[in-house]
Amino acid sequence: MARAILSGPLTNSDQAGEEMMAAQIDAADVETKELNDRLRELLLSGAKRVSIRNVCGQRYIGTRLYTPQGLRMDIEVFGTAGNDLAAFLYGHRIAVHGNAQDGVGNTMDAGEVVVRGRAGDVLGFSMRGGEIYVRDGCGYRAALHMKEYQGKRPVLVIGGRSQDFLGEYMAGGVVIVLDLAGERHDAHFIGTGMHGGVIYLRGSVEQSQVGDQVEISPVDEADRAVLAEYVTRFMERFPETEMTKEEILASGFVRLTPRSRRPYGNLYAY
Amino acid sequence: MKSFVFPEFQVIRDEEKCGQCRGCERQCAFGTHTYDPAADRLVSDDHKCVGCQRCVVFCPKNAIMVRPSPSFYRPNASWSREKIEDLKRQAETGGVLLTGCGSDKPFRIYWDHIVLNASQVTNPSLDPLREPMELRTFLGRKPDVMDISADSGEVEIRTELCPNLVVETPILFSAMSYGAISYNAFRALATAASRSKTYFNTGEGGLPREMRAEFGRCAIVQVASGRFGIDAEYLNIAQAVEIKVGQGAKPGIGGHLPGEKVSSSVAETRMIPQGTDAISPAPHHDIYSIEDLSTLITALKEATNYEKPISVKIAAVHNFAAIASGIVRAGADIIAIDGLRGGTGAAPKAIRDNVGIPTELAISSLDRRLREEGIRNRCSIISAGGIRCSSDVIKAIALGADAVYIGSAALIAMGCTLCQKCYTGKCNWGICTQDPRLSGRLNVEIASQRLSNLISAWSHEIREMLGGMGINALESLRGNRDHLRGVGLCEWELDVLGIKGAGE
Repeated sequence: MARAILSGPLTNSDQAGEEMMAAQIDAADVETKELNDRLRELLLSGAKRVSIRNVCGQRYIGTRLYTPQGLRMDIEVFGTAGNDLAAFLYGHRIAVHGNAQDGVGNTMDAGEVVVRGRAGDVLGFSMRGGEIYVRDGCGYRAALHMKEYQGKRPVLVIGGRSQDFLGEYMAGGVVIVLDLAGERHDAHFIGTGMHGGVIYLRGSVEQSQVGDQVEISPVDEADRAVLAEYVTRFMERFPETEMTKEEILASGFVRLTPRSRRPYGNLYAY
Repeated sequence: MKSFVFPEFQVIRDEEKCGQCRGCERQCAFGTHTYDPAADRLVSDDHKCVGCQRCVVFCPKNAIMVRPSPSFYRPNASWSREKIEDLKRQAETGGVLLTGCGSDKPFRIYWDHIVLNASQVTNPSLDPLREPMELRTFLGRKPDVMDISADSGEVEIRTELCPNLVVETPILFSAMSYGAISYNAFRALATAASRSKTYFNTGEGGLPREMRAEFGRCAIVQVASGRFGIDAEYLNIAQAVEIKVGQGAKPGIGGHLPGEKVSSSVAETRMIPQGTDAISPAPHHDIYSIEDLSTLITALKEATNYEKPISVKIAAVHNFAAIASGIVRAGADIIAIDGLRGGTGAAPKAIRDNVGIPTELAISSLDRRLREEGIRNRCSIISAGGIRCSSDVIKAIALGADAVYIGSAALIAMGCTLCQKCYTGKCNWGICTQDPRLSGRLNVEIASQRLSNLISAWSHEIREMLGGMGINALESLRGNRDHLRGVGLCEWELDVLGIKGAGE
């Protein structure tokens, strides 16, 4: 049984309504479906903020929160979020105090995910809007087939390092890998099949580590502005970071972009 | 480089009938016909003709005939003309041979080797003009046991039922994406599905926003490896969500919608920049196992509040039945199985013509496997790939399918002549193109009427055949192989199909 408590009104002030909108769930021994049933009920009952304690691998947190009227909720997760956290996320904000497993932000549409820890494989897969900030590193296949359309430009910022296939088939959006521990990027097949978007890596990377379709170049003024914007936001979310914003921004970065928007245009006989 | 390939078709113009109206010149997007003002006559370049027959149908004087070119290479059983010309094209370009539509190769068409039963004297046949014939079909998971209460004459179902699609006839429109086909063709399919109380499948190219409110109720939306045009509203407005793993025309590979076909409106629907290639990777890169598939199935159930059946579409390949069993166990409510002859807007020819198995064999082995494992009730089977007429539909159902998807048949109803040039984006019939001049040729009202006519004609024929067998509900025919017999089939083929030979 999910134990959800919608806190009652405390005072007559304007704060009362605000307080009513906050809720807590203890997720200890609660199955995925039951937890998400509760989250949905809370959203529909008008909750604006929910904090979930003792999360231990429950999946799809934030996924079942689509409403035609676009209700929004802020969710705080304490523990380890299971697979497909924020999959298909529709504008909500989720902060995880702990690690997240595979598939964070899978085909995410809008909103924000902050992971105060590390994320697993397929992070930000096919994400097409919203922002994800991961304090530490992540697994394989991050930002795979991320895409953008006009104003919708997904952003993924990783404080640590990413593994192989980062940005494979990437079609849009911005990926920033900060490698704050300075361990050097050792991933391969970065940006294989990339045909849109941009990846920024703090430090450097060899041509042999990236796909044939990828061009490595130094960052320019415009890139620095993008980096400044998102590093600032990263630091706001993770003030515990040892390096300062200025130190990070003063570091060397490389930019990875696709050579063509049509990498396979010449593959065929007509 | 001079091409050594000679024309595939020959355009013959009856100069006496030709009125020099230049209609043929306007009709052909491939530039076959041109007007020579000096001679005041139209001339044709056979090299450019793709054999789509558009000019023939639209010539007001019936002055044009297009036929296969009689030119030939020295006859050779091993080196057919097609093999020689394909090789020349590759020598000239260094590229992968692309093609469109389903495979045209002479693989055995099992539909044509299966005959249906009919009632004689005992258990008399039913007259569909008099008796009610039930074609309504429910697609989705059925419970293992049905718990009912019958207190004081009121029958109530106690078991919680899973969401099912209801179709009034077991024929659905197969996945064809906006981008691959034109907006008008896409809209005609949606309109006809709505009118005929069936469903159309959006394919992987998204559902244009302005169509969502009107056509969501008859839409199955697809989630494919490219994840184009997917947002929570898209998933929730539809009646079912289909995860596309494979396609009969190109099992195991992805797809590239060329940048030329990504117009501003296609870009908006797919949510990618205009003019970029829309690349669908070969696998879903978040699915490398049945467990991963189960994760995505559940993610989609979560995203749609457990209100929609989730379908998984796979291509029929070797050992697919074991995989399908895993798919059912992973939580799929519907399995769409697409056979060797399934169509496509673009596929490498080598793949289209050499990979996969015929859908007839696939339906039977899948149905049998799921029955043997006692999980047949957990999912419905939609068979696709090579359904050409109502008797194919009824045979598919007797072999174990719950319903069928039609793709090529629907396109043919709208005007397609299977010229196989879908990948060029120059479809003269306005179906497989994003050129507004060409797509405007397809009138949504007329095309949807043609589609609805087809559904209604086939449904009536199905009722006739059912009645002839003495059956008044399609449900009673499902997997009922006793009503089928094989003609001219080998022992192993009869075994796989699970049917007896004719006369037995």
